[in-house]
Amino acid sequence: MHWTNQSPIRTVGQMATATAPRVKAPMLRTTVGLKVFMAVTGILLVLFLIAHMLGNLKIFVGPTAFNHYAHWLRAIGTPLLPNTWYLWIQRTVLTVAVIGHIWSAAVLARRARAARPVRYAHRQPVQGSYAGRTMRWGGVIILLFVIYHILDLTTGNLNPVGDKQHPYANVVADFAPHRWYVTIWYVLAILAIGFHLRHGIFSALRTLGQQSQQWQRRSRAFALGFAIVLCAGYLSVPFAVLTGLVR
Amino acid sequence: MNLTLRIWRQRSPQDKGRMVTYQVSDVSPDMSFLEMLDVLNERLILEGEEPVAFDHDCREGICGMCSMVINGRPHGPQKLTTTCQLHMRHFKDGDTIDIEPWRARAFPVIKDLVVNRSAFDKIIQAGGYISAPTGSAPDAHSTPVPKPDADAAFEAAECIACGACVAACPNGSGMLFTAAKITHLGLLPQGQPERETRVLDMVAAHDDAGFGGCTNIGECTASCPKGIPLTTIGRLNGDFIKAARKRS
Repeated sequence: MHWTNQSPIRTVGQMATATAPRVKAPMLRTTVGLKVFMAVTGILLVLFLIAHMLGNLKIFVGPTAFNHYAHWLRAIGTPLLPNTWYLWIQRTVLTVAVIGHIWSAAVLARRARAARPVRYAHRQPVQGSYAGRTMRWGGVIILLFVIYHILDLTTGNLNPVGDKQHPYANVVADFAPHRWYVTIWYVLAILAIGFHLRHGIFSALRTLGQQSQQWQRRSRAFALGFAIVLCAGYLSVPFAVLTGLVR
Repeated sequence: MNLTLRIWRQRSPQDKGRMVTYQVSDVSPDMSFLEMLDVLNERLILEGEEPVAFDHDCREGICGMCSMVINGRPHGPQKLTTTCQLHMRHFKDGDTIDIEPWRARAFPVIKDLVVNRSAFDKIIQAGGYISAPTGSAPDAHSTPVPKPDADAAFEAAECIACGACVAACPNGSGMLFTAAKITHLGLLPQGQPERETRVLDMVAAHDDAGFGGCTNIGECTASCPKGIPLTTIGRLNGDFIKAARKRS
């Protein structure tokens, strides 16, 4: 029974006798630093999602308003900046944010995997929310959707009309009833974003220092409410096309 | 009660280990979980087999030594209860119970259900202390502490460093433990001088030990026998950001 004596690992007598050696990784490479980076890039992307949703809702005003809005996007910042310059600046910032968000998530996911080399034989389902458990794969689905979405409604390659001058027609053609599979894919992707934000917004606020019980409840409620409103805003467009409200 | 136990047996840190099935009969519902294992071990010794190694010390829920994952949950199914305070009345006659050690790279198995938790000591060494003048104890009212701060600090100080948070975390993160110490010391006036270096050093030691990062899922706080709140992690994050900005 004296197996501890044979063990090479001795713990007794080592406690708090000396401070640990101070070889430190750069702040950004610490788990907390990576999380902060993920939170900040995530918030940037959420701000874009808000603006994008508000723009989408212009479709209910009519084809002229919607097309005019789409053309205005190219002219933002003029005459201070040449045409489309602002758009490209924003695209660059968003791309950097997306890459940074995924990079930090990937580094943390790898560390999490390495942190438990032997799995449990019996593991209860995680008690945390469904949203919390699906952050990583949900993120992958969202990335695939964003790539498809750009090829569909920005470049027009995958759009049945693909007319850059008339985005309204592109949208209406996209969600036509006989292209039901596109609508389903769109709905699933938006729901994935909703779930991602339901946990992501709460998590980002916590990562940035939210620390009171009262605000924990509030930030959870805010994340849920925000995710629902955002989903409703985005989903209203394909459903309006599907039901003939927008034609 | 008659029970079927499936217990993780591992001879040494190098051994691969496996789940082994044991039958235990005549278990009293009033026994604690560890007493039930004592009964099994006495039988194993009589039969000339190696008894199951598990950590335990005070058996009154305050030392933080007992550490086993029971049916997939650290410290078993009862909330706010350590394994030693878990009683067999919470199980049914004929149940099959899976017993595994904490699973984390930072907590290597020494034998059977015993893991090496020195990684927590490393985190404490890195910053879990205050610089206080030694000598006779100061008067209790010489350094006033606001009551809400004292309460919150005490709540965090309840942490017994058992490691259930790590065992429960899907990322194998030790953030709840680290955050409990940051909160406990950072809320009190005595903890202010090291407040900034503490959070940076402890997070660095946490990462060096091979723990994963926190994803704010809250599995840790649900498994914590002392109910350390998840908000402590927000406090750690806030302190970290403040300290990191000052340093860079």
